[in-house]
Amino acid sequence: MAGTSRLSLLLAHLALIAGAAVMMAPLYVAFVASTYAGGDFLSGRVGLLPGPHLVENYRLALTTGSSTAGIPPVGPMLWNSLVVAVVIAAGKISISILSAFAICYFRFPLRVPAFWLIFMTLMLPVEVRILPTFEVAARLDLLNSYAGLTVPLIASATATFLFRQVFMTIPDELTEAALIDGAGPLRFFWSILLPLSRTNIAALFVILFLYGWNQYLWPLMVTTDASYFTVVMGIRRLVGAAAEADPVWHLVMATAILALVPPVLVIAVLQRLFVRGLTETEK
Amino acid sequence: MQAKRVTFPGKITPYLLLLPQVAVTLVFFVWPAGEALVSSLFAQDAFGLGSTFVGLANFAALLRDPAYLEAVGVSFLFAFCVTTLAMGLGLLFAAAADALGKAAGLYQVLLVWPYAVAPAVAGVLWLFMFDPSVGMVAHALRTMGISWNHVLDGGQALTLVILAAAWKQVSYNFLFFYAGLRAIPQGALEAAALDGAGPFQRFRHIVLPLLAPTTFFLLVVNLTYAFFDTFGIIHATTGGGPGRATTILVYKVFRDGFEGLDLGGSSAQSVVLLVIVVALTALQFRHIERKVSY
Repeated sequence: MAGTSRLSLLLAHLALIAGAAVMMAPLYVAFVASTYAGGDFLSGRVGLLPGPHLVENYRLALTTGSSTAGIPPVGPMLWNSLVVAVVIAAGKISISILSAFAICYFRFPLRVPAFWLIFMTLMLPVEVRILPTFEVAARLDLLNSYAGLTVPLIASATATFLFRQVFMTIPDELTEAALIDGAGPLRFFWSILLPLSRTNIAALFVILFLYGWNQYLWPLMVTTDASYFTVVMGIRRLVGAAAEADPVWHLVMATAILALVPPVLVIAVLQRLFVRGLTETEK
Repeated sequence: MQAKRVTFPGKITPYLLLLPQVAVTLVFFVWPAGEALVSSLFAQDAFGLGSTFVGLANFAALLRDPAYLEAVGVSFLFAFCVTTLAMGLGLLFAAAADALGKAAGLYQVLLVWPYAVAPAVAGVLWLFMFDPSVGMVAHALRTMGISWNHVLDGGQALTLVILAAAWKQVSYNFLFFYAGLRAIPQGALEAAALDGAGPFQRFRHIVLPLLAPTTFFLLVVNLTYAFFDTFGIIHATTGGGPGRATTILVYKVFRDGFEGLDLGGSSAQSVVLLVIVVALTALQFRHIERKVSY
């Protein structure tokens, strides 16, 4: 920037270092805590540097949990989270890209009402219709199943809008060419629209994967069977256990780290896609 | 709402393409929302066997319920603090990163990752740092003469969930403010500098006005986040307590409906929340329309 002095550069670095430190602190403290033994917490042996129990704690958290504290193993919960996140992301993208295709590339009487119906879902987050949605899921026999964990969440107005925007920028000449060559709508969709939307799909997948992985309230409501718990909702049980007489903070923090590493890795590795997806979906 | 100029013929195909989305929307959005609307107008008897039409009585009861009014107050205080803190820090970091130019890339990853952390997990990380018996921050506060116990002290509990919620949202604000700052034409800043405007004046009179659309957009997003997406933080850490100190509206709908089984009251609360979402969404779209008309 014009007139940027050395002093202001120094101040900028200081502000960002302080900011990064504050943002990283909870993660670092959790990591350090996950490398000590349970008894070390109350005796004040947990310091600023990692302890010696890293491998042991994570193996314990992943495979056995703690039966005395009522903590299920994290391994199966991680698997459930992965399944739920991938199904939600893929499901949202599939049904939204099809709806956007119908709305952009066809003229039919109910086109505008359909658009508004999809738009309405923006206004109905799960938090404001908790009880009736649960009842619908219960009536359809979706409790304690992967379908129950995912299908009610896969309608998406934002994804539909995004694909509509993408399609509107695709030149009409392509459609004309397809019509002249005798390609049907599905052929056009598969051979032209889908390849042209590749990066948008990838960027959206990153955002929706995070959305699915981080679901909390809905899994909490539709699962009572521990074999369907996701890791994010499972963390609640651990906190209750950690407050008990036998402190298991080392396992709680190991679980927290395991729960946040997959989505954080996705952001770190796919940073450009992530930023793109974020700015596109929120426009 | 435009379609493409060139479209495909087909009478049934578009309906088939729309079917999955519309089916999910009708079954899991419209039907439950409709039921919430209807049951907000009915009162259930004690055994849940029958219900009577009571008109707006459930809403009137809400307005007379001190617990509900307290939740309204807590929600607004919570949303105000989270939004101010998260947007303030986001803007500060974005301004610093913008001043650094290319050197900012290193910091970006370090500032952005909390966005990926689930609210419930974020809550647990902060809960541990502030745990009265083993938490590092609680310990540090004690040595400074502040006795920290959010399990007993409502104000401290609210502070804890505000910190956790704001921490998670700073990343988002940082990214959008950073993009907004990068889009400000350098010429305007250089001209101001030539006219003798100092860094503070440039920020106040050029940067801030040009950032106004971003700021407004983020304001709406942050309020929506604080009202609706922070359920996990509250549920996993304080459970709305101690007492009702951290019971925000969304949490109260859950507790009254799911745990208290007060169907009519919970539905009326849902409808109130629905109105808030509609208002916030409308604000967001008005803003987008204006941006388009530039």
